[in-house]
Amino acid sequence: MEFLFDNLDQILEGFGKTLWLLLFSGIIAGLLGTILVSMRVSPVALLRGVGTSYVNIVRNTPLLLILFLFRDAFPPLGFNYSINNYFNFFFIAATAGLGLYAAAFVCEALRSGINSIPVGQAEAARSLGMNFGQTMREVVLPQAFRAVIPPLASTYIALAKNTSVALAIGTTEATFVMQKLTDERASERLVIFLGFSVGYIIIVWSIALLARGVEKRAERSR
Amino acid sequence: MSSVLFDVPGPRARRRHLVYSGLTVLALAGVFFVVGKRLYDEDALTPELLNQTFQNRYVEFLLEGMLQTLKAAVLGISCALVFGVVLAVGRISIHRILRWPTVAVIEFFRAVPLVMLIIFIFYGIRNDELFAVVAGLTLYNGAVLAEVFRAGVNAVPKGQSEAAYAIGMRKTQVTSIVLLPQAVKFMLPAIISQCVIVLKDTALGYVIVYAELVRYARQLAGSVDNSTILVYSTVALMFIVINYGLSKLAEYLQRRMSRSRPDVDDGAAQVSRVKAGEMGGGGPGG
Repeated sequence: MEFLFDNLDQILEGFGKTLWLLLFSGIIAGLLGTILVSMRVSPVALLRGVGTSYVNIVRNTPLLLILFLFRDAFPPLGFNYSINNYFNFFFIAATAGLGLYAAAFVCEALRSGINSIPVGQAEAARSLGMNFGQTMREVVLPQAFRAVIPPLASTYIALAKNTSVALAIGTTEATFVMQKLTDERASERLVIFLGFSVGYIIIVWSIALLARGVEKRAERSR
Repeated sequence: MSSVLFDVPGPRARRRHLVYSGLTVLALAGVFFVVGKRLYDEDALTPELLNQTFQNRYVEFLLEGMLQTLKAAVLGISCALVFGVVLAVGRISIHRILRWPTVAVIEFFRAVPLVMLIIFIFYGIRNDELFAVVAGLTLYNGAVLAEVFRAGVNAVPKGQSEAAYAIGMRKTQVTSIVLLPQAVKFMLPAIISQCVIVLKDTALGYVIVYAELVRYARQLAGSVDNSTILVYSTVALMFIVINYGLSKLAEYLQRRMSRSRPDVDDGAAQVSRVKAGEMGGGGPGG
């Protein structure tokens, strides 16, 4: 235990980076996922095809491979950015990879929400003469919002845990720090592991609680 | 195609859609052109490179890596199924003393990142790469599958167990003779889609230097100049083909089993809700 407290600043820094990764990749995933789902349910066949292909390709590829593409393969082609020492190249590569990967799952979560709306709702909207955009905006999406919260929360929880894969491309997030501390003091490895587990459990449960709160509010406002 | 969200398009809508399609084609063509030209300029996609990379011995090398990946994945999913059944039995037990510790175990392994688990097992329990990968996959996926099994058993209509109790069966008999055989139908699609996740997560063995396909790919990319993108894309394609096949199999099984059986569809939908939003290396928690 003492060893953990002695290195508390390092541990918190690791989790800080994990949270930054989660925040930025979460924003990318949310935006891209929304665009993708609007393509996947649109009346234009070609757009549907593009959306579906993206989801099928990304969802079936290991995240690690996507991160390696961003670290090793894209820099020679010009993808080589860094903001400062903290948000360095590895951080940006990991954020981009995680965001593009999670977007496919966000898209599927949103789509399951849209599909959960009873057919009669959309039919009623159509019979009032609403077009595609109006049907979605006024009738389907407001109702879908509540149905999407649980699968969306699961997606973001999975994203929070997936930030740990970024250690493989040299991002110094929490699991990276855990590995480093385990190297330094092998005799304390169990305590270190449990300590870091607590950190992740706090993150995961915060997302779950937040989702439950939002869901409750959405339920009340109906 | 028509959907409940929009009408069958009329002439004006069709014209508009044609414009959208045209714009999409232009955008896609633009992206492909820019990327392709860039790749060609950087010598990352030339005929010589293709020949050099796809020599017989290199292809064999990648297939060997695939074999290692499949080995860990098959071992992982098999052990996870067993572990999942054990956990599920504890989870649906009527004895609190069994149920509560099981809930704690399930929630713990679902909340902890798989990478961290694998690293801990490798450095903390046994210094064996295959063991660490398989054990990590087993613990995490076993916990997820336990919830799948529970949802499957719960999805069997109540009348079934009531009828079984009414003719004098014990709880063990009710579960094993009446509930499980019916629940398997609901669970099969979810189990197969879990296989996809296991196969992808096998790549995480990379962090403890387990020799699997992604590591083989990095080695190969290192030995042929400029081949990184080509090799990674090829390996990604290998994963996509297998995983896409598995998801199609899951869809087919579900369609086949639910033919004129709406209850099977309902049950499978209930089970898959447990796994909604999952993407491997993680999963629903909390």
